[in-house]
Amino acid sequence: MANRTIIPFGPQHPVLPEPIHLDLVCEDEKVIEAIPSIGFIHRGLERLVEKKDFQEFVFVAERICGICSFIHGQAYCQGVEEIMQLPVPPRAHYLRTIWGELSRIHSHLLWLGLMADGFGFESLFMHSWRVRERVLDIIEATTGGRVIFGTCKVGGVRRDIDAATMKEILVKLADIERETREIVQVFVNDGTVKHRLCGVGVLSRDEAYALGCVGPTLRASGWKSDTRKLGYAAFKDLTFEPITRTDGDCYARTAVRCDEIFQSFDLIRQAAGKMPEGEIAVKVTGNPTGEFFSRVEQPRGEVVYYIKANGTKNLQRFRVRTPTFANVAGLVKTLQGCDLADVPILILTIDPCISCTER
Amino acid sequence: MSLFSMTGLVLKWLLRKPYTRRYPFEPRQPIPGSRGALAIDLSACVFCSICAKKCPTQAIEVDRAAKRWTIDRLRCISCNYCVENCPKKCLVLTTAHGIPTVTRDREVFQQASAPVAAK
Repeated sequence: MANRTIIPFGPQHPVLPEPIHLDLVCEDEKVIEAIPSIGFIHRGLERLVEKKDFQEFVFVAERICGICSFIHGQAYCQGVEEIMQLPVPPRAHYLRTIWGELSRIHSHLLWLGLMADGFGFESLFMHSWRVRERVLDIIEATTGGRVIFGTCKVGGVRRDIDAATMKEILVKLADIERETREIVQVFVNDGTVKHRLCGVGVLSRDEAYALGCVGPTLRASGWKSDTRKLGYAAFKDLTFEPITRTDGDCYARTAVRCDEIFQSFDLIRQAAGKMPEGEIAVKVTGNPTGEFFSRVEQPRGEVVYYIKANGTKNLQRFRVRTPTFANVAGLVKTLQGCDLADVPILILTIDPCISCTER
Repeated sequence: MSLFSMTGLVLKWLLRKPYTRRYPFEPRQPIPGSRGALAIDLSACVFCSICAKKCPTQAIEVDRAAKRWTIDRLRCISCNYCVENCPKKCLVLTTAHGIPTVTRDREVFQQASAPVAAK
């Protein structure tokens, strides 16, 4: 048996945008085992429900994650609305859907850029982020914020998008979609990219399910699982099918996210076409009593919010299970037996968001 | 399997002007609707302190007796919550973003006087 060496990986590492620490037990260049540890940026956000008013807490919920912030706010609001049985106007549901999908596009483009940077394709990284910047401009013009949207509130949304602006956005999105296709075809077709990603870090269909993976990581292993199919917000009225691949390797996970960007463009177009007129929010009176599990699909997978209220203005208990937390088990499995040089790519393909995970 | 799928894109952008802005010679134009720095119309303010109570980050302080309204710009998250709750509608979020600073001063607005930096 070769000598075993433990190589500490992270929390500060050039490929990691956020701090996760892994102890890699290696034999020569092969990783035998990976022991993850998190806890570098725990902020105690769940405990803050005891200090903040339940309506004010949306601002905290949105700040759980800097990339999928809107969907965090949406999951929280949906939970409280279900407890209070608030009749949220349909237009608010559609606006939430549009902003949620814009958030998915910008998150996936960010991830594509990070991935390109991870395997050393600098120009591809720059081009991915160039396109993402245009999406951020649309988000800023409609919500007021670039990554923290701040438009979701209990009972509806804070801002409206009028018909003329929506038309302009659709024209811009068509242009952005064309530019995205130019970039995505490199990820999907380029020989060097395929050589780096195909067959690396295979997570079989059964393993992905048994380890509780979610989102694109699960779909890349062949499971047709997408929380949007539950029909929350306006998704019940929109036509779409979860995007899946069967290989379960890094290339499949990349391809799933590439296709999801175009699916999001399509969903925005559908939602804009079907958006009803009317109010965007209802007045909230009283305090919530009860508990609810809110499940929503984030760019990284399914997020679960547990909210328990006891009739006061502060919630009693609040718990978040984020997609990255669910995917870390799958990550550790793929790291067993991989080459040391593949570790950064394997970590990146679960799209880790450690700030989310630690809250 | 293609080996030069990126070449077309790279060549196309090689012949164009730089995509990035030549900051600071060419500053970014604010996008209408963007949530920037908070501004107050002191003449309309009645110093009711609702903004200070509602502020999620406790960035605002109001002294009703001294008719003084102060804000910690580094704490403000431009969430618009105070603007929504202001009964006199004297608060507004501008599209301009805050200027860089190295000290954590509170910006003081005293009724009928210009803002002065407090220690």
